Parts: sequence; structure tokens; C-alpha cells
Amino acid sequence: MNEITLIIDGQEVKAKEGMTVLEAAKEAGIDIPTLCYHPDLTPYGACRLCIVEIENVKGFPTSCTTPASDGMVVKTNTPQIHELRRDIFELILTEHPNFCITCNRKERCQPFDICLRNVSVTERCVICPRNGHCELQDVADSLGVEEVTLPYAYSKELPIERGDPFFDRDYNLCILCGRCVRVCQEVRGRGAIAFTYRGSDALIGTAFGWSLKESECQFCGACVDICPTGALMERTSRWEGVAEYQVVTTCPYCGVGCQLELEVKRGRVIRVNPKRDGTINQGQACVKGRFGIAEFVHHPERLTNPMIRRNGNFEDATWDEALDMIASKLGKYKENNEIAVISSAKCTNEDNYVAQKFTRAVLGTNNLDHCARL
Amino acid sequence: MAGLVTTLGSGAMTNSVHEIRDAGCILAIGTNTTEGHPVIGLEIKKAVDKGAKLIVANPREIDLVRWADLWLRHNPGTDVALLMGMMNVIVDEGLLDSTFIEERCENFDTFKESLKDFDLDTVERITGVPKNQIVEAALIYATNKPSTLLYAMGITQHSHGTDNVIATANLAMLTGNIGKPSTGVNPLRGQNNVQGACDLGALPNVYPGYQAVADPTIREKFETAWGCSLNPSPGLTLTDMFEAISKGQIKAVYLIGENPVLSDPDINHIKESIKALEFLVVQDFFLSETAQMADVVLPTATFAEKDGTFTNTERRVQRVRKAIEPVGDSKPDWWITCQIAQRMSAKGFEFETPSQIMDEIASLTPSYGGISYNRLENGGLQWPCPTQEHPGTPILHTERFARGKGHFVPLEYKPPKELPDDEYPLILTTGRSLFHFHTGTMTRKVKGLNILLEEGPLEINPSDASALGIVDGEMVKVVSRRGEIVAKAKITEVSPAGVVFLTFHFAESSANLLTNPVFDPVSKIPEFKVCAVRVERTH
Ligand code: SF4
Ligand code: SF4
Ligand code: SF4
Ligand code: SF4
Ligand code: FES
Repeated sequence: MNEITLIIDGQEVKAKEGMTVLEAAKEAGIDIPTLCYHPDLTPYGACRLCIVEIENVKGFPTSCTTPASDGMVVKTNTPQIHELRRDIFELILTEHPNFCITCNRKERCQPFDICLRNVSVTERCVICPRNGHCELQDVADSLGVEEVTLPYAYSKELPIERGDPFFDRDYNLCILCGRCVRVCQEVRGRGAIAFTYRGSDALIGTAFGWSLKESECQFCGACVDICPTGALMERTSRWEGVAEYQVVTTCPYCGVGCQLELEVKRGRVIRVNPKRDGTINQGQACVKGRFGIAEFVHHPERLTNPMIRRNGNFEDATWDEALDMIASKLGKYKENNEIAVISSAKCTNEDNYVAQKFTRAVLGTNNLDHCARL
Repeated sequence: MAGLVTTLGSGAMTNSVHEIRDAGCILAIGTNTTEGHPVIGLEIKKAVDKGAKLIVANPREIDLVRWADLWLRHNPGTDVALLMGMMNVIVDEGLLDSTFIEERCENFDTFKESLKDFDLDTVERITGVPKNQIVEAALIYATNKPSTLLYAMGITQHSHGTDNVIATANLAMLTGNIGKPSTGVNPLRGQNNVQGACDLGALPNVYPGYQAVADPTIREKFETAWGCSLNPSPGLTLTDMFEAISKGQIKAVYLIGENPVLSDPDINHIKESIKALEFLVVQDFFLSETAQMADVVLPTATFAEKDGTFTNTERRVQRVRKAIEPVGDSKPDWWITCQIAQRMSAKGFEFETPSQIMDEIASLTPSYGGISYNRLENGGLQWPCPTQEHPGTPILHTERFARGKGHFVPLEYKPPKELPDDEYPLILTTGRSLFHFHTGTMTRKVKGLNILLEEGPLEINPSDASALGIVDGEMVKVVSRRGEIVAKAKITEVSPAGVVFLTFHFAESSANLLTNPVFDPVSKIPEFKVCAVRVERTH
């Protein structure tokens, strides 16, 4: 691929042919606010936040859809662009709860505090699960929006779609960026959700207003992960807030081996995200890895202590009791080569190594297998 | 995976997952990829978006079919005939890669002889696939290089599964589609760490790294390393174990994290033999169907509570990292086994961390020789990775085959062991669902997944359903020579006429009460994909 050079904000920037102006700027560390853009998706040009000025080009093209070309001279942050961007963003905010975004107390406000500005409970960021990692808030901060001067036209009053497992859809918070629609179609190949219309209003939804369960949806969660707002949110972790730390690990289900980020709070896994630069999965997973982990790990039926069967019933035992008993019993059967060991394709390599070493070196047999054949 | 060892010398995916997107042609046979390996399904979609030709060979109208250029709906159990038919066309049309065959392979002439039995008429009769489609498939595969071949349990779970696998390898060698990017023969492994369990020697005949137990030099190496003398005779395979238990030759079983009561064929037989045991230890994190029959149950930590590694389907060794403390008083499996060993006065089980175990693995296992936790920090390593400096191996057999020359194996068609008859007129085939995993010990604990697929329905074609007077959603009885279960009928054209389908995740409608416990003679994999049943109304 050929290298091209362009000037962005007076800075010489090298880029590869085929890149958009936005991508070239990003590579050079120049920040342009965006909402409908996502690196995994085809550009869409809907939100218009990413507008720039290009020499010899009329108007304000959207940088996410404009291919970069050699010798281009681009300005990303003139006062005029800034002004326009704020207008564009305000327009988006007129159809979204916006009091909290521009409120100077927002950092101090807790969910159960009484709002000094008398904002209705359902329209406060503090009760939105995305609060704190919301892209609308980020954009507001980067543009320095302090108030919305246009009249507030937020009146969607849509019912929250709660009929599906794992996540709810609250399209009152939707800004129609189309990221969910594109990820479902382009990356996942499902097309479970699309732009629909109610009268003249555009909306996102399933065909015929079906639940996702009745649609093509496979509950991969890609739409939830990519939504910039609180419109699509996982139900179980809704009120868990921000994790204390994340740990990258490998999915315990199928042989693909997706890299997952386990979010932990108070000693519990509260959420699982597919790792964006995961070697295999690159930000994707399936329903099992995405939504099927925390619940089994913290299931009330987890075994928590050793048990020994006595007179037909299980009785709790200490580790010492159980291990000593096993050691002495196995020692007995070992004499006549009457033992077999079944190891597991669910366990780690290290577990399996130790199991086979134990079978061979201690029990003196090669009667060892696992369920891989199945 | 024995079929790949015979032909190529190594029984794992020859190429890497990310190469799939750059393939010119993908042949997906016996894999319901979007359900069984969803994220690999996304790779296939990427390839198709970029213009790759997709051929799907599957009796059922699986999800992949909608992206396919060509769908071959062959009769269950006729894969060898289908593939040999395609190869016959390729040879006839002169589309074979003669240079590759000459330089890299052996035994081609004998193999070519065996193709004679697979003329198009015969293949059409056996497989039920129209002749023109067989020809089309052969041409697409041979002329849109690089061609990658993907398969899963639809190929291996047959009484002639090894032959099926060999057929796929023959096809790849015939067209030179191996040892290069975006080609290859790629078995998609089912469970997260099947590959690793095999690699690390949880098998009766090999030590870690597929080093033969029966080889005296190898055995000596392990005897020296472990400071003990080792048993030279290969042990019992899983299926032979249950036989030996029934006969009273095996009296004690130490079972780590498995649930054979659901996963093995012919459940009733397995249950009986487990009952016959004098002593059963089960290590698991739930009281599985098998654990309920144990004498001692030991609670284990899940993957989220321990450190370690898994090896994925493309041979990539990746880290498992402890995120939280073990729940309750549960412990990691390796720790438990080491404790038992030490209480039996054994030396060499003083490991304090899994990282130390990996170091010992590396010292004794050539293909893992260069792997250590330090090196795994950034995304894992694909084996063979023999030294600390080695970058790992994304593509196998690039210069030469693991066994030297690629070995063509002549094949003949063998029908499944149990075919429909008057008494049992339908074929039952089994598989996985996207929403559950294996025997469901983990996924069935997740409410949302149960909502999505509450019970394993019996999929039946409308024509069979109407002949039997069955309506959608009614409970029906499925009967085989081995047992019977009740399941909800789901009338769908996904299953062809004459074939019904069940998943095997569910204790209450377990398909494996019905399946036929006959095994591939080499791989010992049971015939899960074909057995004869009849379906009856329950009232
Ligand atoms: S999406 Fe939620 S957090 Fe973001 S602005 Fe809207 S209400 Fe506030
Ligand atoms: S969960 Fe996945 S399949 Fe379902 S709508 Fe979202 S992106 Fe599409
Ligand atoms: S639901 Fe979220 S991702 Fe989808 S269009 Fe609305 S804001 Fe964008
Ligand atoms: S997230 Fe899904 S596709 Fe990825 S490894 Fe886990 S089970 Fe497999
Ligand atoms: S990010 Fe460019 S138009 Fe939305």
C-alpha cells in the first residue's frame, strides 16, 4: 500500500492510501470527536460531529467518510468548526436527556441524591448504567458544552424492551448512530436489528417489533458493547458500576479460545467483555463467553467443600480427611493395577500434565484418558 | 485425529484461524460453525464478504448455508463417498497439483486406483447429492486457491471417522492446498482445551507432546526426569475403561472435571458400570450427574479462580489468569492432584505455581519447549515452539510434512453401522447448540441461556411429522435399540426428510441414551452422528 502525506492542522502526517481523513488524524494523535464512527465498521457519516475543513473542498465534509489523499490540507479545529460541532451536538442533545450532561454538579451527584435542578428521575445520568463511560458525556467534555440553548424536544416515551434475556433496550436513550445495526449486520452477519420508523420518527428495532428472541439475534452482545449510550445495557451488571480491576483470560467454553476481560468488583466477576485486541476474537465473542460466565462462577450450587459418602449419604469433610482417605484407597487399588484416571478437556494444561504424571509415576498405570474423543 | 497423523504426521489444525478470511474457497464439511465455533463463523463471513467461495457440506440446513455458494446435502455418514467423488472429478479434469504431489507426497498411484470405485453415478447414489453439484464442488475447490477445509465432529463422530478425516487430507494434498497461508485441513476442536489435554498426554498411549509410551528411549527420558520406573504398556481408552469396569478389572476411578454420564454414548451402560465401581473420586465445581454417584467429591476452582493455560483449536497456548479467589473452600485441580500424590509419598509434586508446572512441561515436551509464562504475556504462542527464541508456528507442513512425505491413503466407502429399517425408520443425528456447551454443567446454570433453549427439541422434517401425525411443539417419544427419551417436536426443514436431530446438552432428554456405542476402530470416537430411531406420539 502506498504512503501518502497530508497536512493536518499544520502538521505533516503520513498515512496509507485508503485511509480516511479521520483515521489519518487519529494515527497522528489528532483528536476529532465522533459518535457514529467505529473502527470495526464501515463509515456511516450520520452524526456529522467529525466535520473538518479541507482546502479546495466546499463546506464541511465528515472526516470519517472522506478518503485521505496525497497533499490534502486539512483543518480539524478552527473556531468555525468548533461552533458548528457544538450546534450539531446540541441538536443531538435536544432529543436526549441532557440536564445532567451540562450540570456543574454532575461529579458530585449520587443516584439517591435529590436533584437541585428538579430533573425527573428517569432523565438523570446518575441512574443510567452508562454513566461515567458514556460517549455523549465524553463528547460534551471535549467540546466544553455547558448548556443546551435549543428547546428540549425529548418526548420519545418509548417502553423499555425487557422481553429478552441478558440485556434491555431503552431506545429513549438512543441517538440513532446506527452502530448496533452495522455491527449486527457487518460483523456478526445477523441483521437482527435495523432502522424502523414510527410515523416520521426514525427508531432502531427488530422487524415487526419482535423480541430479539424471535429475531435473528444470537445474543452475542456486540451491539451492547458498541453502543455509545445507555440504550443497550446488560441487565445483571446494570447497577454494579465501575469495576475495581480487569483480568484478561481465555474463555472456558469452546476451542476458539476467545480472549476475555473479566471485570471484578468486591471479589466477584461482574461483567465479561471480549478483548478488543484479543488474538483470536478482536473484540468479539459469543453468547456463552459474553453472558454465560459470571452466573455459573457465582452459582449457589457451586461445591464449596469436600464431601465423603457415608452410609449412602454425602457428608461434609475437611480437605485433610478427604485427601488422606483418597491417598490410602488409591494406594490399595494401585497394587493390582485396578485404577483408571479420567482427566478433562475443561481443565488447564497444567492440570492435565499433573494428572498424567500422577497416573504414570504414582499409580503406575497408563489407564488415562479424557473426553476429547467425544 | 488419527487420520491426520497417518496422512500428514500431526493431528491438529494445519493453519490459523485468521487465515480463513483470506481464503479463495472454504469447504466447511461436518461443521455447524456458527453454532459450534461462533467466532470462527465470523471469519468465514469475512472471507465470503471479500469474495471467497463457500461450499457447505451438511445434511442439515445449518445457518452457514445462507452464505454458501453451494450446499451439498449429503446423506449422513456418506462423507467419504462425497469427498472421493470430488477427488475423482479433480483427477479427471486434470486439476490436481502434480508438482506438489510428486515433490511432497507418496503412495499417490495406489490411492488413484481406489478412486475408480467413486464414479459420479455411484457417488450420487450413495450420497444423494446430484452429479452436477459434485462436479461443481470439485471445480470450485480446485480452482479458487487458496482453499481451506474446515471440519468438526460431523466428520469425526462416525464409526469410520478416521476414514473421513483421511479423505479431507487426501483432498487437500491432491490440490496442493496445504502448507501455505489460508489453506489446510482444519479440525475445529470442541471443548476449550481438548487440544491441550491431548498435547499434555492425557491419553493412554502417549506422554506429553505425543511421545509414545511404548518407545523405550522416550520412557527412559521420563523415568530419569520423574525419578521412577514407568509402565511400558499403553493403557485403556475411555471406552475400554468402562468395559473393564463392567468386568470388574478396574475397581477405582479418579475422575477430574468430566461428566461421562451425559457425554458418553449409551448412558445406561455407563451408569451401570459406574455403579459397579468400588471407589469413585470426582473433582468438579458442581455436583454433576456423575459426581452424584461418587464416594468422594472434591470441589474445584473454576477457570476464573486459577492460573494456567489452555491450548485452542489453532494450537495457540494462551494464559488463563486468576481473577478472583476460589469460591468457598474449592481448590485448583493441579493442587488437589499434587496433594494426593504427596500423601502417597511421591516426589516431584512440590509445585507451588502453575508457572513451575509449565517449566517442567517445556523441559520434557519438544513442541512446548520454548513456552513459558513470560513469553505468553502478549497473546500466546502456537506450537511447535521448540526453543526460547522460536516465534511459534502458525502454519504446519510448510517445507515438509511432519511425517516427512504426505501419505495418500486409498479409501473405500463404509456405511454407518446402524441404518434405518422397518422398525427404526429414521436416522438420528446429534450436535451442539450455540446456547449451550457440552453436557451443560456450566451453561445450564445460566438462566438466560436456558430461556433461549430450554429443552433440547427433536428437529423433524415436515414430511416425516405429517406422516406420523405429529404437530409442532408436541411431546414425542424417540426410541432406539438402546433406550428411549421424550422430547418436544420442532418441525423444521433444517432436517432433511428421514433424519431427526437432537442436541446432547440436556440430562432430561439426553440424546446419548439413544446413540449407538460403536466406535471408529482407530480413533475410538463413537458414532454420534448416525443411529436408527423411530418417533412415536405420546398419546
Ligand atoms: S446515555 Fe446515559 S450517561 Fe450517557 S448522557 Fe444519556 S443518560 Fe447520561
Ligand atoms: S446481540 Fe448480536 S445478534 Fe443480537 S442484535 Fe446484538 S449484535 Fe445482533
Ligand atoms: S441503540 Fe445505541 S448503538 Fe444503536 S443506534 Fe441507538 S445509540 Fe447507536
Ligand atoms: S466466547 Fe464463544 S466462541 Fe469465543 S471461545 Fe468462548 S464459547 Fe467459543
Ligand atoms: S463520526 Fe463521522 S459522521 Fe459520525
